[in-house]
Amino acid sequence: MGEVAHLINGLRKHDPRAIGRAISIVEDSGESAEILLSSLDESLIEQTLVLGITGPPGAGKSTLTSRIISHLRKQGIRLGVIAIDPSSPISGGAILGDRIRMMRHALDQDVVVRSMAARGRLGGLCSAAGGVVRVMANGGCSTIIIETVGVGQSEMDIVRLADITAMVLAPGLGDDIQAMKAGLLEVADLLVVNKADRPGAEMLAMDMEAMIRNRKSSHETPVCRTVATEGTGVSDLVAAIGSIDQQHRASGEHQYRRKKSFQLEVIDRALEIIRPELFSTLKNLDGKHELDPGRTARRLVKMLLLK
Amino acid sequence: MSKHSSFAKWQENELRKSISRFPERKNFTNHGGDEIPRLAVPAEIDDAYLENLGFPGQYPFTRGVQPTMYRGRLWTMRQYAGFSTAAESNRRYRYLLDQGNTGLSIAFDLPTQIGYDSDDPMSRGEVGKVGVAIDSLADIEVLFDRIPLERVSTSMTINSPAIVLLAMYVVAAEKQGVSAEQLKGTIQNDILKEYVARGTYIFPPQPSLRLITNTFQWCSRNMPVFNTISISGYHIREAGSTAVQEVAFTLANGITYVQAAIDAGLELDVFARRLAFFFNCSSDFLEEIAKFRAARRLWARIMKERFGTGKPASQMMRFHTQTAGNTLAAQQIDNNIVRVTVQALAAVLGGTQSLHTNSKDEALSLPTEESVRTALRTQQIIAHESGVANTVDPLAGSYYIEQLTDRIEQQASELIKKIEDAGGVVACIEEGFIQRQIENSAYEFQLEIERGERVIVGVNQFQVEEKSRTPVLRVDPAVEQEQVKRLAQLRKNRDNISVGHALENLERAARSDENLMEPVLDCVRKYATIGETCNVLRQVFGVYKERK
Amino acid sequence: MTEKSSKRYRVLVGKPGLDGHDRGAKFIARALRDDGFEVVYTGIRRTPEEIAAAAVQEDVSAIGLSSLSGGHVRLFPAVVEALKKFHAEDIPVIGGGVIPDEDVVALKKAGIIEIFRPGTPLKKILAAFHQACESYHHKAFR
Repeated sequence: MGEVAHLINGLRKHDPRAIGRAISIVEDSGESAEILLSSLDESLIEQTLVLGITGPPGAGKSTLTSRIISHLRKQGIRLGVIAIDPSSPISGGAILGDRIRMMRHALDQDVVVRSMAARGRLGGLCSAAGGVVRVMANGGCSTIIIETVGVGQSEMDIVRLADITAMVLAPGLGDDIQAMKAGLLEVADLLVVNKADRPGAEMLAMDMEAMIRNRKSSHETPVCRTVATEGTGVSDLVAAIGSIDQQHRASGEHQYRRKKSFQLEVIDRALEIIRPELFSTLKNLDGKHELDPGRTARRLVKMLLLK
Repeated sequence: MSKHSSFAKWQENELRKSISRFPERKNFTNHGGDEIPRLAVPAEIDDAYLENLGFPGQYPFTRGVQPTMYRGRLWTMRQYAGFSTAAESNRRYRYLLDQGNTGLSIAFDLPTQIGYDSDDPMSRGEVGKVGVAIDSLADIEVLFDRIPLERVSTSMTINSPAIVLLAMYVVAAEKQGVSAEQLKGTIQNDILKEYVARGTYIFPPQPSLRLITNTFQWCSRNMPVFNTISISGYHIREAGSTAVQEVAFTLANGITYVQAAIDAGLELDVFARRLAFFFNCSSDFLEEIAKFRAARRLWARIMKERFGTGKPASQMMRFHTQTAGNTLAAQQIDNNIVRVTVQALAAVLGGTQSLHTNSKDEALSLPTEESVRTALRTQQIIAHESGVANTVDPLAGSYYIEQLTDRIEQQASELIKKIEDAGGVVACIEEGFIQRQIENSAYEFQLEIERGERVIVGVNQFQVEEKSRTPVLRVDPAVEQEQVKRLAQLRKNRDNISVGHALENLERAARSDENLMEPVLDCVRKYATIGETCNVLRQVFGVYKERK
Repeated sequence: MTEKSSKRYRVLVGKPGLDGHDRGAKFIARALRDDGFEVVYTGIRRTPEEIAAAAVQEDVSAIGLSSLSGGHVRLFPAVVEALKKFHAEDIPVIGGGVIPDEDVVALKKAGIIEIFRPGTPLKKILAAFHQACESYHHKAFR
């Protein structure tokens, strides 16, 4: 296909228009997306570091992300940013406003920013973003940051895509943090206490450190302290991320995660394919009412597999 | 003390004192020769009346801030104006003063308001557009050329760099031989509403509040009759808030400024009397009248109960009003004159201290001289022909108006409490709470118009085909080049070494907790530009970024 | 979501220049969202170049610009110029704001496909965005 070849060529040249187009194609899935994705250079994808940044609203993620970008840019790193916002459940539309906080990099051609709507896809968000990561990697981005609000399942799914996930917290957010603590340690490779100059920050950081100590785990989860508005602590944070990445690559954790994430993406895709089939098969089942949805589901799958 | 004697007591004290200082303009009679009563009061004056309404010029000021209101002196007719270059705006100001305008109101262009010089890349396309372009003292000198600053009162719509423009005004007056203590007027100096509604912020909230308290402090010592802030609901309403939200957010901002000044060690009763307010007057005639009365009463109660001042001057809310720009339609442009008339009348019945009436063509561009004159005439007709200025607070006691006044006060005070419970205004701005509230109100209102549930005459009903083009005022695109040239000249001709010293000194002061007014005055005197001055502060304070 | 996954259009809404009056821009952004668009909103005080660069990275099918300060005369055409530098002048640009009659002609000549002024019914604006996106896609993806 001529267009795909043209786009692949554009990605190689870091052409912003080609990158933008390619991402749209991947995001909309379909045949072109498959051709495109299968034509990409795998080694570029392998080398890329995918960094997930998550945390409750108000923790200062966008500002911190912007600081990390500045820091990496000083080291000459070309990078990608994927910012995810929710879609309206009613209209399916979305307002993607993350750029507002990142506009200071707007004219830097080596910061490829892409806003994405969650599009209400169950789990499918992960697969769409996975495609975007691959395209960005082929567009020369050696670090890709995925920024998302760390509440809700679809956002947590995003975390599976990341090689390393940093969870950003801040003092004074109260209930949000409490709610997050439960799922916190499973997903975070690194905790960031932002707004570290505010009252309560040190307490929060110590609280987190105590929680980590109580956990039986083979590796340490560092707690970094930052003041994103002033850039304080950002270089330590970036260094900590780098060293975790090194460890993960040496221990095989990196490869394991990539493999698992790929498998999950495949399953997500498969479910997306099957979903309409399930609906139509279910219609054939109509009339024979069962009280138990579990049993109905099993019958449904059996019928589908027989087809 | 019997209840009736409270009225007599007011007449003997407040009223007599007021009349002896400011005699009434004339004897007020109707066409038949009947005397028009100064103040109508209920036959029975009970506790509830005294508590909720009282007499004009007396706590809680529901009925107005002066005992005789417009019988003593009409409101200040103050038309907001300014465009293009300082010389061009100066010409417009002198025209307005000739036409009976009694105060000046300076509109600055956006680069000036955001602390950029005219040659800054960010200024492209905006120089001289919505107001006059000011780069340095040299422009301010031209702006006020042949305008007697000891007599005229000047209001300046300037916020983030207010301290710089104030310093320029002081030095320009100095050069006319007018001392700072004679200067009358207002600087808007209200940064909080910029974050939620108007967008001309530069620095983050905390250092911005410091600049504000610095001006409070300096002015309280050096400019005793100058209003150091105009706490503005106008733009909050323009951004789409409801009347209640306008009152609540404005007063919550007011509380924040008062608290910041107290925290900075300022004496409440010294600075509080120099606080002024600025409201919008929209088309819902009765609601707007009630809004002004409710706002006045609520502020008085806040100052008394929360901040504990017993001084009437600190309790009374004095405010400027502008008719609602967002209600002007581009269709059937003459209808706007009628809208403005209704709104202006509500502002007067609500007891405003000064008023700007919008011009009919402002939905298309800056107003022409002719349409500005009609807008001013609208005020003059209300003042001299309508009779509403002849008696004080004539709508008091209307069941509807009083009920509405109570409701607005109550709802606004609930909303203020919500803000405080959420950590105060600054926290709510950072979290986006206030912005979201305004946005939601704006969205709903507009959808009601789109669905036709709300009729806008000439827009979604009673439309006509219009062919004729309205002549509009245009700012010559060459103004930008001219201004940039002027600036280049200035940079060449001034003493750049002393400019450098003044800026360094400002930087040092900004890093300490010194009052910045004197260092800024020094920069201004040396002809440092507004961009240079603000860049020093940007370096020290950082810049504010819009919330998502 | 239902099975019929119709094409989701991505558009950008932004304010070039220094004007902070974003009531109109925010209203349009929200109305577009409620009409099913994905709207990249870039906020206030952006340069034309920043807006163009964002539009290219985000691969939007149309751009909506708003200015109430009179800055439109220079700033709207500057966005079109900046798009040309990215070879992206095919992305349609729509403008809105306080814009006098005589500027409309000049702006259209400069490549702004539609200009909307206060009082324009929302339906008309949404239709213009739909049309712009459709014709863009028609050209871009034959």
